[in-house]
Amino acid sequence: MSDIPGYRLVTPDSAPAHPYPDYRSNPLRVPKRPLMILPHTLSEVTGPAYGHESVKPEDADLTRQHGGEPLGERIIVHGRVLDEDARPVRNSLVEIWQANAAGRYVHQRDQHPAPIDPNFTGAGRCMTDDDGYYRFVTIKPGAYPWRNHHNAWRPAHIHFSMFGASFMQRLVTQMYFPGDPLFPFDPIFNSVTDEAARQRMISNFDLDATQPEWALAFKFDIVLRGREATPMED
Amino acid sequence: MSKTTPSQTVGPFFHFGLTDNYEIDDLAGTQAEGERIVIEGHVLDGDGEPVPDCMIEIWQANAAGKYDHPEDRQDKPVDLGFRGFGRVGTDPEGRFHFRTVRPGPVPGRGNSLQAPHILVQIFARGLLKQLVTRIYLEGEPANDTDPVLHMIEDAAARSSLIARNKGDGHYHWDIVLQGENETQFFDA
Ligand SMILES: [Fe+2]
Repeated sequence: MSDIPGYRLVTPDSAPAHPYPDYRSNPLRVPKRPLMILPHTLSEVTGPAYGHESVKPEDADLTRQHGGEPLGERIIVHGRVLDEDARPVRNSLVEIWQANAAGRYVHQRDQHPAPIDPNFTGAGRCMTDDDGYYRFVTIKPGAYPWRNHHNAWRPAHIHFSMFGASFMQRLVTQMYFPGDPLFPFDPIFNSVTDEAARQRMISNFDLDATQPEWALAFKFDIVLRGREATPMED
Repeated sequence: MSKTTPSQTVGPFFHFGLTDNYEIDDLAGTQAEGERIVIEGHVLDGDGEPVPDCMIEIWQANAAGKYDHPEDRQDKPVDLGFRGFGRVGTDPEGRFHFRTVRPGPVPGRGNSLQAPHILVQIFARGLLKQLVTRIYLEGEPANDTDPVLHMIEDAAARSSLIARNKGDGHYHWDIVLQGENETQFFDA
């Protein structure tokens, strides 16, 4: 079998630091032995087509999963999933989860004394279309405190999980909102040490996609790893 | 320099979005071809403590050594009764298990053949980027000539990829994130 082009390695500027002790949960969980380069084979360049059979259109609207409307600021979050060569990542699963408008997760271990919203779970999923486009309707999540250090607060964010076209394009990240005053103090955001790379995690306010009298829009394009032009040398 | 969107941690509260409703711990079901196997183990941190808030995803070929993916152009059958993808969260004691089929051998780079293996990605609070590794099965003759196992010179590191055969199709494989018996992870 002839060799297949692998996926390009992510350069250190575009990845969180490894290890990163400012994030207190990191030092005991991050491996100490150096990572070994794994030349990609058929096993790596293939990957699951997951979600196609189970994603329903209503999964992309987090404001309509209960009997009533959730509290908070209704927003549209949309964008395209692309690879580094700007090719759309088509027909691939995007999953999101987030806190409610008060900064509280439905997760039973979230102890933040802010109200649960009975009309908001905060989980959604959708498939990208032929242009790599996705769109969610949700509520703007609140900032929330955590115990990483004294007076630690996470900037408002939505967790994103992308499958891409191969298991090696798999990406879990967080989308932030423009102009958040908590950015300078958040070790998770700042674990990415390159300024330009950090900017790629921040959505843009999108007046054109904003629906008058109804919801503000934020645009978040996601860039997954691109393909090697030719098979990697052994 | 990459132009990719950087990775961020899955955090402690991913379950309601990823595993409560969308867990797949049985890839084989009743219809898949091939020998059923169970892989079970613990995820442990650098103090040897269990990691209860971890998500493990796996991807593997079917019993014939075929991936259900357009880039697998081998002349082998796709098994509609088998799903090559699994996803589970660890329990409060850091345990996990998958029920699947013994994967067939798949081609490697050049003209090589790879021993049956399962690709693994690990997400957890504390991990800013997922970890990637592979599971091999103890007792597979092809392990001796597998190119990836061969590449790992350190015997303990190589051994960390091999799930122990407990008999009756049960295999034990611990994921040790850090420490003396640390699993070998890949920059993939
Ligand atoms: Fe969060």
